[in-house]
Amino acid sequence: METQVNTLKVDRNHEGYLTDFSQWNKEVGEQIANEEKVEMTPRHWEVINWIQEQVKADKALSIRGIKKSGVLDIKEFYALFPGGPLKISTKIAGVPKPKSCI
Amino acid sequence: MKNLLILGAGTAGTMMANQLRSKLKKEQWQITIVDQYKTHYYQPGFLFLPFDIYTEEQVKKVGKKFIPKGVNYVQKKIDRIFPEENKVKLEDETISYDILIIATGSKIAPEEVEGMKGENWHKNVFDFYTYEGALALRNKLRDWQGGKMVVHLTEMPIKCPVAPLEFAFLADSYFKEKGMRDKVELTYVTPLSGAFTKEKSAETLGYLLEEKKINLEIDFAIESVDNENNKIIDYGGKEVEYDLLVTIPTNMGDDVIERSGMGDDLNFVPTDHHTLQSKEHENVFVIGDATNVPASKAGSVAHFQSETLTDNILLYIDGKPLKEEFDGHANCFIETGDNKALLIDFNYKQEPVEGTFPFSVLGPLKLLKESVFNHWGKLAFRWIYWNMLLKGIPIPFVGRNMSTKGKKL
Repeated sequence: METQVNTLKVDRNHEGYLTDFSQWNKEVGEQIANEEKVEMTPRHWEVINWIQEQVKADKALSIRGIKKSGVLDIKEFYALFPGGPLKISTKIAGVPKPKSCI
Repeated sequence: MKNLLILGAGTAGTMMANQLRSKLKKEQWQITIVDQYKTHYYQPGFLFLPFDIYTEEQVKKVGKKFIPKGVNYVQKKIDRIFPEENKVKLEDETISYDILIIATGSKIAPEEVEGMKGENWHKNVFDFYTYEGALALRNKLRDWQGGKMVVHLTEMPIKCPVAPLEFAFLADSYFKEKGMRDKVELTYVTPLSGAFTKEKSAETLGYLLEEKKINLEIDFAIESVDNENNKIIDYGGKEVEYDLLVTIPTNMGDDVIERSGMGDDLNFVPTDHHTLQSKEHENVFVIGDATNVPASKAGSVAHFQSETLTDNILLYIDGKPLKEEFDGHANCFIETGDNKALLIDFNYKQEPVEGTFPFSVLGPLKLLKESVFNHWGKLAFRWIYWNMLLKGIPIPFVGRNMSTKGKKL
């Protein structure tokens, strides 16, 4: 389905995740962050870039993976994206949230 | 004489040995399979062992029985793979290969979470992904008087991603049958954003937890197990108390992958999603749980992969382009308790949906819907595993690639 993120037209699923990463750009990320009430700083964008690189390299995203990444520690991850840091950061990054098979 | 070497004689490795021995000429290709363990476990049975549904004898057999004649079976520890030199060092010898198949699987790594493999491991903190864990849990449950049971999933990816949910459903049935369901508070704890994370599954199966009175705790990223106070603690500060914790620890590829420098952070080998060739070395192929492909880590997946991989190894030997064929196809029965089960059939792109399987209208199995027939299917599968799957015999009417027949799309 096509949902308008403010003025941007991108395809998103029922939970608001982008279904086609090629439609992502920083502006799209910024507006999804607005919806999630996250105010983006350069540090946020570093994390978003790192998440996108992980996904491109077929690496599974997990909280433990964040700890081992050396990019940031988990306390900071929670501070940057309060609540569910993985599900919020992946939404902003335009990549699928970690899922199971059902 | 050329050498094809298979590392690991589990589900995937054994199937490859069987399929390739009948396809490769004996005077041209020697096939060797290495595995240090003597016992071949029927791992799906570990779900039933704790509830006294299966016995020990039903989930294990001597591995040698399933290795075909004409395959050299070496029972030794694998020390290291040297992919640049086409060699594998075992505990006391080194084997050279022309083609290598890595089928070393995945295993639990409870040491990844602080306190998990602590003083209470297999006392009131259990896994059921190992034979030892499932058996210890069975013995515990036999005379457990009730209390807070927490079924917990550490992080994805795990082998058989539905197993923790199935465990919770079967636990509900087990305690009901024992007449003590009112004495047990059941809670399901997941790092994901729900018990069901796919749209159709969430829509059609969302009722199950409520119906079975299973509490749900989501977005729980475990930091540690507190053995003193019997609670699990998450990075965000949330806590869940238990009397009996059944956890699925982090799953990782084998240590030999790490020693050989061939894996990702979780020791899974980067593998082409569709050809199953390793991304780094063209004469190395990877199958089953050992790969990093985003398919479920399940026996059915290894089975579908084995058909594509067999063809691709023959193509590779002939110097022809590989088939980009594997689609992530998985087919799994999911126990929902009360002698019912679901069936799901899906691939990389298609999420599980409702419908009939394997035929449209005729079924006879129903997709994404509880039925007694599906439960019989799951139980019958043990026979299919030992007698057909391991031997590389195709399952009738179920192809290597997912079919859309019967699916409500």
